[in-house]
This record gives sequence, C-alpha cells and structure tokens, in this order.
Amino acid sequence: MSAAPQRQASRQNIRQQLIWSRPLAVVEEQAQALIRTAFGTSTREAGDLSAGVFLPDGRMIAQAVTGTPGHVNSMADSVLHFLRAYPADTMRDGDVFITNDPWKGTGHLYDVVMVTPVFHQGKIVALFASTVHVVDIGGLGAGPDGLEIFHEGLFLPLLHFVRAGVLEESILAIVRANVREPEQVEGDLHALVACNAVGARRLQQLLREFALDDLQAQGDYIVERSARAMREALREWPKGTWHNQMTVDGYDTPLELQAAVTIDDDGVRVDFSGTSGTVARGINVPKAYTDAYTSFGIRCLIGSDVPNNSGSLAAIQVTAPEGSIVNALPPAAVTARSAIGQMLPDLVFGALRQARPDRVPAEGASSLWNIHLVGGRPFPGGPNEALAKARRFSITSFTTGGTGARPGQDGLSATAYPSGVRNVSLEILETQAPLLFRRKEYRADSGGAGAQRGGLGQTIAVENADGAPMVLAASWDRVRFAPRGALGGGDGAKGRARLEHAGTLLRGKGRQLIPAGEVLIVETPGGAGLGDPRERDPARLAKDLQSGVVTPEGAALYAAATEVAA
Amino acid sequence: MPPIQAAPSSQAVPTALDARVRVAVDVGGTFTDVVLLHGAIKHTVKVLTTPQAPELAVLSGVEEILRLAGLDWPQVELLILGTTLATNALIERKGAKTALITTHGFRDLVEIGLEDRFAQYDVFLEKPAPLVPRHWRHSVVERVNAAGQALTALDEAQVEALARQLVADGIESVAVCFLHGYANPLHERRVRALLAQHAPGLWVSLASDVCPEIREYERLSTVSANAYVQPLVAGYLRRLQQGLQARGLHSEPFLMTSGGALTTLQSGIDEPVRLVESGPAGGAVLARQVAEQIGASRALSFDMGGTTAKICFIDDYQPQISRSFEFGRVHRHLKGSGLPIRIPVIEMVEIGAGGGSIARVNHLGVVQVGPDSAGSSPGPAAYGVGGEQATVTDAHAALGHVDPARFAVGKVQLDPELARAALERGLGAQTGLEPEAAAQAVVDIVTENMANAARVHASELGKAADESTLIAFGGAAPLHAALLARKLGIARLVVPNSAGVGSALGFLWAPVAYQTVRSLHQRLDRIDHTAVERLLGELTETADAVVLRAAPGEVLVRQRQVFMRYAGQGHEIPVALPDGPFDAAASALLHQRFEQRYAELYGRSLPHIAAEAVSWSVAVQAGEHAAPAPDHIPADQARAVPTQSRQVYDAERGAWQAVPVYERHLLKPGQWLAGPALVVEDETTTHVIAGFEVRLSQLGALILDDTQQLAQLEAAEAELVVAA
Repeated sequence: MSAAPQRQASRQNIRQQLIWSRPLAVVEEQAQALIRTAFGTSTREAGDLSAGVFLPDGRMIAQAVTGTPGHVNSMADSVLHFLRAYPADTMRDGDVFITNDPWKGTGHLYDVVMVTPVFHQGKIVALFASTVHVVDIGGLGAGPDGLEIFHEGLFLPLLHFVRAGVLEESILAIVRANVREPEQVEGDLHALVACNAVGARRLQQLLREFALDDLQAQGDYIVERSARAMREALREWPKGTWHNQMTVDGYDTPLELQAAVTIDDDGVRVDFSGTSGTVARGINVPKAYTDAYTSFGIRCLIGSDVPNNSGSLAAIQVTAPEGSIVNALPPAAVTARSAIGQMLPDLVFGALRQARPDRVPAEGASSLWNIHLVGGRPFPGGPNEALAKARRFSITSFTTGGTGARPGQDGLSATAYPSGVRNVSLEILETQAPLLFRRKEYRADSGGAGAQRGGLGQTIAVENADGAPMVLAASWDRVRFAPRGALGGGDGAKGRARLEHAGTLLRGKGRQLIPAGEVLIVETPGGAGLGDPRERDPARLAKDLQSGVVTPEGAALYAAATEVAA
Repeated sequence: MPPIQAAPSSQAVPTALDARVRVAVDVGGTFTDVVLLHGAIKHTVKVLTTPQAPELAVLSGVEEILRLAGLDWPQVELLILGTTLATNALIERKGAKTALITTHGFRDLVEIGLEDRFAQYDVFLEKPAPLVPRHWRHSVVERVNAAGQALTALDEAQVEALARQLVADGIESVAVCFLHGYANPLHERRVRALLAQHAPGLWVSLASDVCPEIREYERLSTVSANAYVQPLVAGYLRRLQQGLQARGLHSEPFLMTSGGALTTLQSGIDEPVRLVESGPAGGAVLARQVAEQIGASRALSFDMGGTTAKICFIDDYQPQISRSFEFGRVHRHLKGSGLPIRIPVIEMVEIGAGGGSIARVNHLGVVQVGPDSAGSSPGPAAYGVGGEQATVTDAHAALGHVDPARFAVGKVQLDPELARAALERGLGAQTGLEPEAAAQAVVDIVTENMANAARVHASELGKAADESTLIAFGGAAPLHAALLARKLGIARLVVPNSAGVGSALGFLWAPVAYQTVRSLHQRLDRIDHTAVERLLGELTETADAVVLRAAPGEVLVRQRQVFMRYAGQGHEIPVALPDGPFDAAASALLHQRFEQRYAELYGRSLPHIAAEAVSWSVAVQAGEHAAPAPDHIPADQARAVPTQSRQVYDAERGAWQAVPVYERHLLKPGQWLAGPALVVEDETTTHVIAGFEVRLSQLGALILDDTQQLAQLEAAEAELVVAA
C-alpha cells in the first residue's frame, strides 16, 4: 500500500476510535438514568442492573460497567431471543419489549429485561436493552426454598410492554396484582423504559453529529478491534487444557462442580461436564447466568480492560450438559442461582492457575453472605401469632467475606468478589426495619495463611429491636467446604451462623426462625492464602499481629516467619 | 447573533466598582498566587509555595504585591486565603497521629467501608487504607438507636482508661464517632469532657459536630479526616494570624471553603476538613460571577490545567453543590477509589486530562490520552528537559496552536521539533499517522474524553450540557474549549479576563456563608413537628453564629432544605423548606414540593408511597447577594486586526495554513474576528476553530459563538414552526 491511502486509512481509524468512546458513554448515561430512578435497594446500592446497546443483527457493541457480572453476556443473549421472537424488520418506532424469563433473560424472575429499538431516518439502527432487579416478583420471595419455578413468582414471557408508543395496560395490571410492592415494581418498569429512551436519544445525536446513516461500519470496527485485543491478551497464556473440581455446600447435600478449561487459537473454551445435576431447590443456574459468571471470571484475568461486546465475549465459549446444575432447564427453581453462579470464577481460576500460577488468585468467600431478614410474615411451623403481630419488613444487608490472596498481594477483607455489590449503611437499615446491629467487625485469623494472606471475613451480630421473632432467608455457601489455599497457602475460614443464646448452629441455606429475643451471629468466610506461609514477609506478619487481624495463636501457622520476626 | 441578555437587574442592585483594597491568596502545591484589586487596578504575583511553613509564602507574596501597588498592610480591607494544606496532608498522609473511638463492636467499619470494588474487572486493585490504623481504633461500650434513645449507657471507666492509653501511644488527635451520634450527641460530648480531664493535650473532633449526618461510614471517614489534619492546619493558621497581626493587618482575614464560601480562621481551626479543595471552588465561583455578568443562567465551568480538567454545572448562578467528596483517589480518578468526606462542596467532575497528559497506543490498538501525566518534571517532550512521551501540550506545539516563546508567560521555552519527534516515535510509529495527524488525534481524543465526562455528569445530575454557556479558564482550557463546545452542542463559549489566576480571583467574589446539616429521620405522615422545629432552631443558631463571627452586624439570608426520599429508597433529593414555623401546613407543603421535585427529576411521582425526610439543612449567608455589574457586547464595530499570522495544521484538509494571531490585550470591546484564528495572552491561547465568531465584551471577556450551531438551531426552530 502506498503512503497516501495508508494515511487515509489511519485517519479513518482515528475517526472510528473517536466514535467508539461514544457508545460507551451513552450506555453509562443509560445506566445512570436507571440507577437514579429505580426502586430496589439492589439496583441502587448494589448496582444490580445492566444497560447495553446492540446492532439490529443482535451483536452487542457496548455495555455499561455496573455492579453485577451476572448480566455480562446473559443480557447480550437476551436481545437475540427478542430478535428471534420479533424480527428487527417487524419492530416499530415506539415499541418496548419485556421479559423476566430466567432462561432468556438474566437467570431469575426478579430480573426484568426491557429492549427498545431505535430508529434513524425511518430505519432501525440499534436496540437498547436494560435489566433491573425488582424488589418483589411474588411467589415465595427471596431465598432458595422454591421447588420449581412456579413457586418463585410471576413469569413474563417475551412480550410487548409498549406497542408503537402505547403502553400495554393489561401487562402492568397483571404485574401489579402479583407482587408485594406494586408501586415500587411499577416504578422500576417505568425506569427501564425511561433509561432506554435516554440511550436512544443520545445515539440519535451521535448519528447526526458524525453524519452516519447507521452503526454498521462502526459496530464492525468495535467488534473486530475487541476480538483482536482478546487474541492479543491470550498470547500471554500457554495453550492447553486444564481441569479443576470444587465441592460446594448445595442445599441438602454437597454438589460437585467440574470444569475443563482449554486455551487454543480460537479463544478460551470452558466445559462443565461432570458437574452435579439439578436439585429441587432454587439454587439451580440457567445457562445464561453460567455464561455470565464464567466469562466474567476469565475476563478478569485475560483482557480485563477490553470493553464488553460481542467481539470480546466471542472469545469465550461455555458448554455445560443440559440438566446439570449449571445448565438447569425449566421448570427448575432458580431464585438463588447466585449461590452457585458466584463460585464459577473460582472454579475456572483453579484450572487457569495451572497455566499461569503467577496470575491467578486463591479461592475466596466468593458467594455473597447477604443477611436477608423478614418480619411480620407467617412461617411454616413458626410462632405465627407472634409473627403476625410483629412489624412487617423485608430487608437485605449485602454482606461479604474475604477474597482470595493474589500473587504478590494479600486478599481483600470483607469485599465482594465476583459480585460487585456495595453494602447498605447499618444506620440506614436500622431506620428501614426494626433491627439492631450489635457487632460488625473483622474476623481475626479468618484469612487463610500464606506468603500472601487471604482477605478476612467479618462477624456480624443483629437482633430484632422489638424483641419479636423474625425469619432469616439464607443462601450462603462455604459453610461445609472452606475456600481452598493454593501453592502451599492455607484455607480460608469456613462461614457459619448461629443463635447467640441458644448456641444453635443455623443451616447455610433456607428459611429459618430467629426466635424472639435471640441474636443472630453471622461469621463470613475468609479468603484462602497463596504460597507457603513460612515465606511470608516478617514485616507484614508483624503488622498483622499489631493490628490484631492475626492473633498470636493464628501466627503459629507462619512458624518460620514468626521466628524471623521475633 | 443572539444578544447577551442583561443580568436580571430586578433581583439586586449591581455593585459599583469596589474601591476597597482586596487581596486574595491561593496557596497551591507549587505556586502561591496572589491577586490584588483596588478599584479598577489589578495586580497579580506568583511566588513559590513554602510547604514546611506555608505562611511564609503567603506573607512574602502579599508583601510583594503591596509593594507593587504602593500600599501597606493596614490599608488591606479584605484578605482571603485558600489553602491546599489540608488536602495535601490527606493525600500525602502527613497528618497527626490520630486515634478513633467508636461504638463497641464497630471499630472496623471505617475500614470495611462499602465492601465493594471500584474497578469491576481489576482483581489486583488495592483499596485506600483508612487514615487511622486498626491498632489506634478503639471502641467503648455505649449504644444509641436511630431515634436517639440511649439503649446502653457510656462506660466512663473505659473512656478514662482509654485516655491514659492514648497518651501512652503518643496520640495527638482523636476522632469520636458513635452509631446514631447525629441523633443524640451526648455520649460523644461526654467522651470529649472525659478526655479533656484525663488527657488534656489532645485535639478532639466529634462526628456530631463535624458531620451530624446518617450513614456511619462516611461520617467515620469525615471525622477521622478532620482529626487527622486539625493539629497541622491549626498550627499554620495560628502562625499566620500572628504574622498578619505583626505586620499590621487590621481586618479579619477569611478562608475559602470547599463549598465556595468564606469563613473565619477560627472556623477553619474547628473544622479544617471544610478547607479541602478550596482552590477549585474559587474557580467555580469565578465562573459563577462571569455567568451572572453575561446573563448566562445555565453555565458549564471548564477548568483545565497541567494534569486534570474539572467541569462544574452552574444553574441560575448557583454552582452545583454536593454534600460529599472523595479525596486521594488511588486509581485514575475512579469514583470509589478514594476516601469519602461529607462536607458541603462544589460538585465537579475531575478528568485525568491536562496539558501534561500522556498519549499512547493502548492494548486495544487505540490511541489513549491520560489519565497519567508527565507533570512538570520531566514534563512534555517539547520542554526539552527529558520528557520522552508525547503529551497534549506536545500535540498543540506540533499543530502550531501555541507560540513556543510565549508558553506559560514565557517561563518555559517550547521546542515544536521535540514535540514532533516524540509524536513520530510513539503514536506515529504505532498508528502509521504522520506527526500532525497524530497530534490532531491526541487533541480530538482528549477533548472527546472531556465531552463524554461532561455528558455522563450531566446525566447524573439530570441536566443537559447543550443548553449551557461554556466558561473556560486555566492554562489549557482555552485551547480546547471551542472543540469541546462543538462536541457538546454548546453554541456560546466565554473566556474570561485573567483566566490564568481564576481561583484566587474567584475568592474575591465568594460570600461569607455556612451550611449545616443534621439527620433526623421522619416519616411525613407521622412527623414530630416539635422535634423538627427544635432541630431547625439549633441548626440556625449554629450557622448564624459562624457567619456572624465573620460578618458581624450583617443581614443574614437563610435557606432551609430537607433531604427527602420515598420510604424504601436509599437516595435523597433536596427540597426547599417553606419559611416560617414548622407546623402541619408546612409539612403538607413540603410533601407537595417533594412530589413535584421528584416528578421533575424522574418523570413521575409515586403518590401511594410514604415520603420521608432524612436530613435537614440550614444555609446562612451574610448580606443579600449583590448582582455584579452586567457585562455586554457593544454593537459590532470593526473587524479586529491580527498582529501576525502563524502556520497551523488544518486536520480537515490535511495541510498547513496561515492563521491570523490576535493579541488579546490589543482587542477592543465590540471588535470581532472569525475562526480559524488564535487569540494569545500571557497565560494561555484561545484556539478559535472555523465556524466560531469572537467578540470582546465590555469587561474584556472573549465571547465565542458557534455560527454552525446557531444555524442548526435556527433551522430546527424553522422546522418546528412549519410542523406546527
């Protein structure tokens, strides 16, 4: 190629780059609009939402970076499902589509997805999609106690929510009649419509500013560049196949998770063959959600700063046998699919660590330890007279354990990973529900010993401020099986929950009564250690001892380092 | 051409030219800027900051400017100081040995924070360490509930023992923060009394004084920061006060706060945490003043220096105020990577985009500019002092935008050939672009970054950038402002006079004011009017006292606000509280205003959900706001005459072209010129891109209008008329 056309191509390239940053800003705006107007605590505080823009052929070109990996990829696929049911050339300006199908959306009935086509010069040029976790969807409510999807609430297949600018009132009426907080849920649905409209407006401005007829060429550029960047990132990894297995608590009985991870010229392939089957409780994971957390985990290690879009996501292919717990089919119950889904990054990390031990963290608490408490509602076999008299509330305190130690760095204490949630202020929780927290602090010695120590879990004590009974809806893991240390590092502490006065240990999963006057004590798991503890830098151990996050007894595990420190 | 609207003169009488001798000092990290105004006379002086004893540079700087003006200390009628001392102590972790006392069972809350990660995909991130390490965080038995009832009494014996421990540990300053202490401060106050008795040398900061607001993490972090910087700031302010008195200053000096208001030295000593970011606040106050002068009721202030750019929305001549700020962001200015402080602060979005921002091709094969900066050492490649990587300043040098001899008041000689070479070596080699095209890409991309940040910020605030007038100041802003305006769809842009000392100049326009906020959680349908009335009384008393100390005898103007939400929500919106006693009629009106405001912000109200008030605020200002003398653009006179022409690279055509250069100080009000052009002055260059027309206002501001944008607006309006 002679110099002149090459320069012309380079200039065109710079123009494409300039346009690229815009869809990313547009989806951030779309997400911000949703955060400001949505109702559920999980949306607002925990960032449990997503927003993205797609080409009419279904390829995603940009996705907002929000708090939940559970929507990576799964929302991308949901747009394809809509396009299959409602082909692009049949969509009209002013249409908005809705679903909360766990298999075609983002994995449980609480997540409502809406898709809005965007028109420019009379032609469909893009689709905006957004997802929000609504405060209630009817059924049993939060927790893994449902036996089938039918226990878990209202199911909306792929439907028109707005048809050519006219709201489908009948859908709204059905939703309102089926949920516990109709006003808030309706507010969330309107928030989804509004945030897609914000995105659409901005996109139309972009097309006018750069005098584009459509986004096709731009989309191709973004997808191609991202795919190329993923290939570049993969060059830093050896080719081959590595296996890992992990045992997790399950609901009643432990479950085996198995993964084979292959890196080759085409990208990364993950196969979950050998994983346990579906169970009759709401911890089953639809494939879309499995894809999401698996991709997220891999993307944290490989190409972590390549933006999410069809190009970067295509580099990762996930397969799982139908009917396994990571590819559950209807009518499996799925409400608490995160308990297992959030373990998948650790499962994949265990395989990838064999390829690059210098790049991969040890196991962490991983699954969230949210404290979900319900007051004033009946409970099978419970003191229902007292419960009926008690103040009515339903509240989630987003709670975390420690993350696994990282090559060269300790794990993070009381930090969400892989989820990206943020906690809610204790003082705010105490104004929203009759709760009184007694304690929330680091759990000493819970971080697995190692050259790099695992992050600490925490201890939380909470009681009903009125002295009334209440119900805990738990979906916690790492109660029976600890986060495992790697490269010679020690395990993180297992999590546990108990009643302070009776001393009773509580189960990790399911609804359980907290009797009147009792205090619930929750100890979240610590992250595992990495590397031989005897090789820990004595200065760091001394610092841990000084701050008390490692006790003198706990320091025994670091024998050699202690001697040096002493 | 739309005429500049006159400032709304009905609101206030414009002030005549201020005959007082007024001096403002902005102590920055490198330079201490001093401005003196005396009637129509203005002097500016820059001296090197003396980090170990900042008062020395302040005193010598003021002395120098007084000499220039032929004046003496007793003649100074107004002296205003801004300082980065508190900010720097926080960022560089050079504060006092500080301990924290909190409720038993909760000593880790200040470190546990929000339990989140500020960068979703970064498994290797480190969170900022809290200011107080764990072994100096103590807890004592006590407990107050959300209603302010003491459930567990304070264990006084434990506090006494702790006092001895603090002394033994060599602690200098103590922060005290108990759960729900905002609702009942008695336990915190008792701790202060006990410490005064048993450890009398300690500085003590109470959360219930510094930040009596709900949300324990932010409150813990704020009071820790206050305690951490207090001994240092107090020492500085006391030495400064002595120095000023010794030199014969008669007037009471004032401090600039983060909220853009003035306060006394004593208030600065009590609440040093309110002094952070006073420099940028001064810039926003200047932009506010300019907006009012030209009657731009919606404005966007754009301040761009060597390492960062800051953008602030100013509506109805009020900069956007926020109640929280994050300092010491450890990671690329990412939200959440710093520690929060909850104080009234002028809300700005900060972008890692300045003259020193480094350009490179990243792993995506895409040109990336910033957020890292070459700073002043080694600085941009064109400085010729060892900088290897191409920066934004290099891009401008290579494109011919800046006069190499006049950059930064001629203090730095730029070498465009070094800039060109750096671009060729780096970006050029990696992208196949010739150096000029690479330079243009750098300018386009850094401007696009700022435009995107402005758009997202606008959306967070529920505003639209394109309806605003852009006000540009700071050394690098006028070079980018026209391009930024075009990207944002903004039709008018203003480059005020003396844009280079914007912050210090802004101090002179700031009001004496104080805002106090306290949380009292109330559902409107069962509100306790007596409790609210009592709270408002206390807040008013506190704020009045602070303001009257700085402005004795002044008329006080009060604004009351309530931070409200629907029950179940976690985000509050501010609603103006009706004047007069807080009774049933007032709470009914408050409810109505909340629903109305909610609908304005979010499209609809939710009438079936209970509304609740979370926090209450009283802001007090001394004196009615005096509108500044309005500026205007005289009718078009002659076309301005360029002093020279310079070769500037035209990216559209891919060729160099001769562009006229105008000396700003030679322009006369009413003269006009059209882009492409460069308007040069000592501290900066305004790049007028094609399609913009420039006029000089009566007060010397450059007014740039985008004729393309205006033509589009007219066409759109015509279309609407046809459609109707």
